[in-house]
Amino acid sequence: MKKSFTLLAAAAIAAGAAGAAQADLVVPNLSYRTGPFAAGGIPYADGFQDYFTLLNERDGGIGGEKVLTPECETAYNTEKGVECYEATKGQGALVYNPLSTGITYQLIPKMQADGITLYTPGYGRTSAANGKVFEWVFNYPANYWDAASVAVKYLLDENGGSLEGKKIALLYHNSAYGKEPIRTLEELSEKHGFELSMLPIDSPGQEQKSQWLQVRREKPDFVVFYGWGVMNSVAIQEAANIRFPMENFIGIWWSGSENDVIPAGAGANGYKSLTMHGVGSDYPVYADLKQYVHDAGKAAGDGSNVGTVLYSRGMYAAMVIAEAIRKAQELAGTSAVNAAQVRDGFEALEITEARMEELGLPDFGQPFAASCEDHGGPGMARIQQWDANERKWTLISDWIAPDDEVLTPLVMEDSAAYAKEAGLTERCN
Amino acid sequence: MLYREAGEFKTSYAQDSQTFPIWWDRLWYQVALVVGFLVLPFFMTDYWANAVFVPFLIYAIAAIGLNILTGYCGQVSLGTGGFMAVGAYAVYKLMTSFPEVSIVIHVILAGGITAAVGVLFGLPSLRIKGFYLAVATLAAQFFLVWLFNKVPWFYNYSASGQITAPERTLFGIAVTGANTPAWAKYLFCAVFLFALAWIARNLTRGTIGRKWMAIRDMDIAAEIIGVNPLAAKLSAFAVSSFFIGIAGALFFAVYLGAAEVGEAFGIQKSFLILFMIIIGGLGSIFGSFAGAAFLVLLPVFLKNVLVGGLGWPSDLAAHIELMILGGLIIGFLILEPHGLAQLWRVLKEKLRLWPFPH
Repeated sequence: MKKSFTLLAAAAIAAGAAGAAQADLVVPNLSYRTGPFAAGGIPYADGFQDYFTLLNERDGGIGGEKVLTPECETAYNTEKGVECYEATKGQGALVYNPLSTGITYQLIPKMQADGITLYTPGYGRTSAANGKVFEWVFNYPANYWDAASVAVKYLLDENGGSLEGKKIALLYHNSAYGKEPIRTLEELSEKHGFELSMLPIDSPGQEQKSQWLQVRREKPDFVVFYGWGVMNSVAIQEAANIRFPMENFIGIWWSGSENDVIPAGAGANGYKSLTMHGVGSDYPVYADLKQYVHDAGKAAGDGSNVGTVLYSRGMYAAMVIAEAIRKAQELAGTSAVNAAQVRDGFEALEITEARMEELGLPDFGQPFAASCEDHGGPGMARIQQWDANERKWTLISDWIAPDDEVLTPLVMEDSAAYAKEAGLTERCN
Repeated sequence: MLYREAGEFKTSYAQDSQTFPIWWDRLWYQVALVVGFLVLPFFMTDYWANAVFVPFLIYAIAAIGLNILTGYCGQVSLGTGGFMAVGAYAVYKLMTSFPEVSIVIHVILAGGITAAVGVLFGLPSLRIKGFYLAVATLAAQFFLVWLFNKVPWFYNYSASGQITAPERTLFGIAVTGANTPAWAKYLFCAVFLFALAWIARNLTRGTIGRKWMAIRDMDIAAEIIGVNPLAAKLSAFAVSSFFIGIAGALFFAVYLGAAEVGEAFGIQKSFLILFMIIIGGLGSIFGSFAGAAFLVLLPVFLKNVLVGGLGWPSDLAAHIELMILGGLIIGFLILEPHGLAQLWRVLKEKLRLWPFPH
C-alpha cells in the first residue's frame, strides 16, 4: 500500500515537473480559493492572475518575456504553503506573494537561504521594512504597524487632536497577523493617553459572541479591527446586532472588502476601513482588462470580482511585481532575469505618480521609492467608508502618513532581535 | 509460496521471540532499513523532504505515540495537537535558553517535558472512561493552545507570538533552520523514528504492553489479575506523550522552522493523527506507519495528479481532494474498521496459503 502510493506519487510529481517551461518569467501564485479565508483569497488571486494575463496578452509579457503564474492552493495553511513553495521553486520562481502572514514567517528564512524574493505588500513581518536585515523581503508600500498608526492618527483628527481618556479596543485575529499591531498600539496609547483593550478572536472566528459582549460591557469609544476571512463579515454583523456605532468601527485594509460588509446589509452602513489604494473600477486599466482578459475569456476564476477592493489589491501587487521585474531587466540588461536580479529590481524600484498614470492607474496608490535600507515604503493609507445603499466604498480622507517617530524604533528593535536570532549582519553600511 | 512459516525452525528462545519471526518479513524489514538509511538520503531533494518524507516520518512518530495510548491502552485522546505544542514550545525554550547543548538532547528533553504534562492530563483517566475521557483530553488541547497564546514567556515575548527555530548543528551539519540540507532533515527524523518505533515495538510486546492491553480489553478483569490501573494508565499517558512531544519538537524545529500554536497545533492536528491511527489500524505499529503514509501522501498525490497531471483549477482540485479523502475515510471505516494493518494481516494470511488455498 505504502510503496505503491510512493511510486504513484513519484510518477505524478515527475510528470508535473517535466511540464514546466524554463524560459519564461515564473511568478507562482500561492492562492487560497478554499477554506474559511477563501472570501478574501479568491478576488485577490483573480486580480493577481488577471494583471499578468493582461501583460501577456497586451504587451507580450514583460520586456518580451511571457509571465507564467502557476497557481498552488494553500488554504491559508502554513504546511500547505510550504509544500507549495517547495513544489514551485524548482520551476525557476522569481518572487512569491503568499498573502498569509503565517506562511510569510515560514518562508522568510527559507527564501533568504534559497535567494528568492518575498514580496508581502500590506502584510507579513512588519520589521522586514528594515532592508539592512531582511535582504530578500519587501513589504512596501505599507505594513501592519503603519496601519495601526494611521488608524490612530485618523481618530486623533476626528477628535480634535486628542484621544486623552478615550477607550480603544483592538479586535484581532489571534495569530501572528492580529498580534502584530499590539506593540505599536501600546506605544501609541502611552503617547496619546488613550486606554487600550485587547479582544482576541481565535481563527477562523465564526463565533464572536463573547468578544462583542465584552464590547458592550466595556463600551469602548472606538474599535480597531484586524480580521481576515469569514471573521470580517461575522464581526460586522455582530457590531450591527449590538448597534455599535459603525463610524467608530475601523478595520485594517484586510477587513474592508465588499464581501465583508454586504452580508450585514444596511447594518454595515458607515463602517470604515483603511485602504492603501484607490477603490472602484473607474481606472483606465480596467478597460484594458476587460478588452484583453475578460472579453477574451482568459479571466482567472469566474470573473465576477473585477473592481472589488481585493481584486484591485491583487492587481496592485501584480503591478508592483511587474514593475520590479521591468526594473530588474533594465538593470541587468537582459530580459531573461534570474531571482537575484529580480531582487535588485525590487530594491531599485521607484513608483512615481507619472508611472502609475502610464499604467492606467492615476491616483491609485502612493508613490514610493525603495532603497537598500528601506524595504517598507512610506506606509500611508486612506480611509474608506461603506455606503450600504449605494453598495460601494467611498474614500473619505486623503493619504495619512503614519507616525514614524514611534514606528521606526520599533522596527529597528524587532529586526535587530531577528538578526541576532538568525545570526545575520547588517547590510548597506 | 514465498511467504510461509514452513521450514523455519527456532532452536533458541531468542529466535522464537524475535520481532519478525518469518524470514520473508525480516527480509523486507531489512530492505526497508537499507533503502531508508542508505539509499534515500542520496536522492533527497527539498521538495521530497519537505512535502513528503519529513512530514511522514514525524506524523508516524506522533501516530505511534497516540496508538500506544488509544490503540494499546484504550484511552481515547483528542489532545494530541496540544501535546505536540508542548513538545514544540519546550524544544524552543530549551534551544533558545541553552544554545550550547546538543539539539538531540533538547528534543529528548522536550519529549520528557511532554510526558510530564501528559501524565498530569492523564490523571482524570483513572476516574473517567471513553467519551468522557475524550472530552477531558479535548480540554487539554484547548487549554494548552490557549496557554501558549496567552503567556508571552513561552514565545520569548516576540511581537507576533510566532516561534522561530534558530539554527542548530549536529556534527557540524545544520539540522534546524533554513540552511538545513534536505538529507540532514530526513536523516535526523528517520533516526528518531527508527529508535522510537523500535522502543514502541518492544514495549508493546513486553510486560508493560500486555498490561496496557489488559486494561484496554477489560479494566476490571485486568485489575483482578493484578494489573495496577494507576501505573498502567499513567505509564501509557507518559510514553504516549513522550512520543508525541518528540514529534511536536521535530515538527516545529526541523519541519516547519516557525510555528504559531493555534494554526500548527490546533484541534485539526488532533483529529488528523486520530484518523491516521484509525485508518492505519488501532493497536499496531505497522498501522501507525501505514496511516501516516496514507494521510500524508494521499493529498500530495491527489494534488499532483489533479492539478499537475490533469491541469484542473487548483480550487476545484482542493475541493475534490477533500471529498475523496473524506470518502476514503468513511469507506475504510465501513469496509475495514481495523484499518490498513488488518488488510495487511489478511493479505499475509492469504499469502501463507497461496497458491494452494485448501
